[in-house]
Amino acid sequence: MTTAPLRITRVNGSLVEAEPVLGVSLYELAAVGHGRLLSEVIRLSGATATLQVYEDTGGLAVGEPLAFTGRTLSVQLGPGLLGSILDGLGRPLNVLAERTGDFIGPGASVPTLDPTRRWRFQPTLAAGALVSGGDVLGTLEERPGFLHRVLVPPGVTGTVAELAAGEFTVDAPVGKLTDGTPLRLSHAWSVRTPRPTGRRLGDDRPLITGQRIFDLLFPVAEGGTVAVIGGFGTGKTVVEQSLAKHADADVVVYIGCGERGNEMSEVLGEFPKLTDPRSGRSIMDRTVMVVNTSNMPVVAREASVYLGITVAEYYRDMGYRVALMADSLSRWAEALREIGARLQEMPGEEGYPTYLASRLGAFYERAGRARLIGRPEREGAVTLISAVSPPGGDLSEPVSQATLRVAGSLWALDADLAHQRQFPAVDWETSYSLYVEHTRAWFEREVDPSWSAVRAQTLELLQRDAELREIAGLVGPEALQDEDRLVLLVARLVREVVLGQSAYHPHDASSAPLKTFRLAQLAERARSLAAERIRAGAPLAQLDLGPFRRTLIALRDAPGAELSTRVTAAEAALAGILPAEARP
Amino acid sequence: MSSGVAQTYRAAAGAAGPLVFIERTHAVSLGEWVRLEIPGEKRWQGQVIDAGERLTVVQLLDDSLGLAPDKVRVTFTGDVARATVGKELLGRAFNGVGAPIDGLAAPVGEAMRSLAGAPLNPAARLPPNDFIETGISAIDGMNTLVRGQKLPIFSGPGLPALEVAAHIVEWARAPKGEPFAVVFVGIGITARERRDFLERFEHSGALERSVLFINEMKDPTVERLLAPRLALGEAEFLAFECGLHVLVVIADVTHYCEALREIATARQEIPGRRGYPGTMYTDLASLFERAGIVRGREGSLTQIPVLTMPDDDLTHPIPDLTGYITEGQVVLSRELHRRGVFPPVDVLPSLSRLMNAGIGPERTVPEHRQWADQLYALYARGREARLMAAIVGEAGLVAPDRRALGFLEHFERDFIGQGRRRRTLAETIAAGWSLLDALPRDDLTRIRDETWARRHAPAAAP
Repeated sequence: MTTAPLRITRVNGSLVEAEPVLGVSLYELAAVGHGRLLSEVIRLSGATATLQVYEDTGGLAVGEPLAFTGRTLSVQLGPGLLGSILDGLGRPLNVLAERTGDFIGPGASVPTLDPTRRWRFQPTLAAGALVSGGDVLGTLEERPGFLHRVLVPPGVTGTVAELAAGEFTVDAPVGKLTDGTPLRLSHAWSVRTPRPTGRRLGDDRPLITGQRIFDLLFPVAEGGTVAVIGGFGTGKTVVEQSLAKHADADVVVYIGCGERGNEMSEVLGEFPKLTDPRSGRSIMDRTVMVVNTSNMPVVAREASVYLGITVAEYYRDMGYRVALMADSLSRWAEALREIGARLQEMPGEEGYPTYLASRLGAFYERAGRARLIGRPEREGAVTLISAVSPPGGDLSEPVSQATLRVAGSLWALDADLAHQRQFPAVDWETSYSLYVEHTRAWFEREVDPSWSAVRAQTLELLQRDAELREIAGLVGPEALQDEDRLVLLVARLVREVVLGQSAYHPHDASSAPLKTFRLAQLAERARSLAAERIRAGAPLAQLDLGPFRRTLIALRDAPGAELSTRVTAAEAALAGILPAEARP
Repeated sequence: MSSGVAQTYRAAAGAAGPLVFIERTHAVSLGEWVRLEIPGEKRWQGQVIDAGERLTVVQLLDDSLGLAPDKVRVTFTGDVARATVGKELLGRAFNGVGAPIDGLAAPVGEAMRSLAGAPLNPAARLPPNDFIETGISAIDGMNTLVRGQKLPIFSGPGLPALEVAAHIVEWARAPKGEPFAVVFVGIGITARERRDFLERFEHSGALERSVLFINEMKDPTVERLLAPRLALGEAEFLAFECGLHVLVVIADVTHYCEALREIATARQEIPGRRGYPGTMYTDLASLFERAGIVRGREGSLTQIPVLTMPDDDLTHPIPDLTGYITEGQVVLSRELHRRGVFPPVDVLPSLSRLMNAGIGPERTVPEHRQWADQLYALYARGREARLMAAIVGEAGLVAPDRRALGFLEHFERDFIGQGRRRRTLAETIAAGWSLLDALPRDDLTRIRDETWARRHAPAAAP
């Protein structure tokens, strides 16, 4: 009926409609307008296609042309990802800055991996080998000391016809299969499709975060999922960044989704200067950043979390333990809501689309520890630690609720604690971890056999403290029994010295599990010793916890190498808790 | 992308509130500038917010009173909205669409800038790292403002947020005396506030280093959305092209958000919380994220947005979304205000996220972090003690709680309540120490041993 050419018929914010379309599929990419803005088909109805545009549509005119590409949104996976900073579409931000200046304009096309850089590839297979998806073809050194395993892309099978050692770019073939399929150092993967794995493995290994309150009270398993939920100013971002710096993972993927530009630039300035104590190399050498700040296009924000998890899965597939930080999934959900509203979809709760929970669940399920496909046999894990920013700090809102249904651990951050400058401001009454039982054997074996006992005593103390403080609020602390007042006193010590941790102190920012354990154990010993004295008739007023507290603080702030001498000093100070007349 | 060619239509298909609908338009682009006219009667300006072959929606910048769809001539200019920027705007006052309101001629300017502004590449940013002395102890000492930061003031109806903002404008200094400018955006302010502000600016001599954009309550709603973008375009020019350190004060963001809601409703968008549009986070971010420092350029852009929390509610969508975008907040307290404390800043819910980047050795004082943490901890304990004392009486408190209670009173009255007098950073730090020195060592859990030893060393003795 119409002979009009393919053209844009409507521009509404980040959405574009085009007519007439034929033979186009959902989620296919297109270049729209004279500026060739990247966009994705999200609805097809008759001859009309609706596309979401990943870049600023200001100035885009009705009647401009567009071209479909036949591809879906994908990322090029290969060496060079580590240390890079990508936007939500996988464009390295520093290369983008060189091309388009300090401010990001639309239409710039930049490859994810440096196409000119050559990598020294060493094959581990030879011609004649039968290969299938996930098999390791060979290795190269991506960063000093970091071995990048070059994999056969999932879905590819055949017999190796040629495979050569030497220096190659990511796009050049290093060999081919007998059917002519070229083998390269990199391959593309559609970000919305999970990468396949073999059998899922259990949650019995903890991811050591270096944060006492998490490792001791609310541990997360490797391959587990955590929701860090808290209102603004409760320290979500500091928690996410501390974990990115100190967590015991081989690779960290950090997604800054709809967050602040200054914070990201702080990270970009700080990470290269920090060293990973395990490898002695820069933290940046194990980190991939995906950054889509709140003022960058909202559709790319939606895509950024998928880009990040695809990169995480890629390193997992090499056999690495990957920690994925997503800050914040609420911004991702809001992007969904914004796009849904423009599509005039029937909204669910609070205007969020009805598919919010299923999309969120599917995203969380991409985390996990698994036996991997391909040879040699290996295991890998993606641990997901995602921040959620509930409006008004109220956990009853849809994003928090959908998250809680799928996350294995909740670290609830509390505004009151943050106002008191108790950091990390974790509310221990609301937080939980489903990994406690699974990981206890590891802690008891690797740290101390009484790990679980000390953990239970600490929680009991905090619980008793909460009850007593409620009573003290009614009758005044002076009216409490001496033994109860002791609980208040020691609980304050535990809160300030054991659970409180400064992200900015050089020796306190990260705490080894043994140090965490010793601090909690010493506090508990001080409590039981003082309780014994009180039961023996000594009034609380005569007990002096001051010197012990100072040795405990000194232990907390001391470098790891001094641990045993500091513990000895604190143990010696325990004797000082005796009433004055009983002292030798 | 924009055609650059103007085209005129003889009538509109309809109008509703600030929106005009035009059917069967050709090659219209999103954001295109539109002129409307009923010949011999009235003119309007507008912008395309939804471009389509079948229907195009134009948002008017002026009051739509008297607009008859069948009589109006609609001209699509082929150009997107732009603002005039330049150093010559310093010392001048404009309305929400950039027309002079100081009786002088319109500026020629040095450049034209797109109103939307482009996002700053995070890799091109430099992390904020130098503090700005505001002269207010609660900010400089406890919630330090850092260049390139966005730090809002959360106020309530009837609280002196504008006066606090005005003092900051008058008192703010770059630490090493670098060139400094202020861009003030009044959004939906009353005629009285406008007069107060202009007078203050003129008397204090702050006007010559300032540019004012004033949208009054009586002006059209859409102008409230335009005014901050005009101002930020100018501020970016002054900061990143002229190398000035620019402080942008936006008051009141609540009026801005209400204008957003009004227009979203007129567009029949699906409302989010409390009727505010679901796009509000992104929209506010497009303003606040324009604060920053650019690698390799001289100046900086710092923002102090002022907002009124409806019913003093910190969880209302406006303060809530703002808090998620900005790098902290300074919260004003009705209780302190009632007791005559000025500035009535409640430091407990206040926070400057970038504080650590702006304080410490070579910036402020080496012990700044511990000093502030200690004041916070004692104040928090004092507040708890005050609650408890109200129930059980002061005599029922343990000794450290009684001391914290005493601290609290001096802290609020003397440290926070500095009155309408500028305090240097050194004066602020000294005022804090004088409160801490009165307490025993064991109460000062956040002060590290080295700091304590240094402060109490007999170094002063001969």
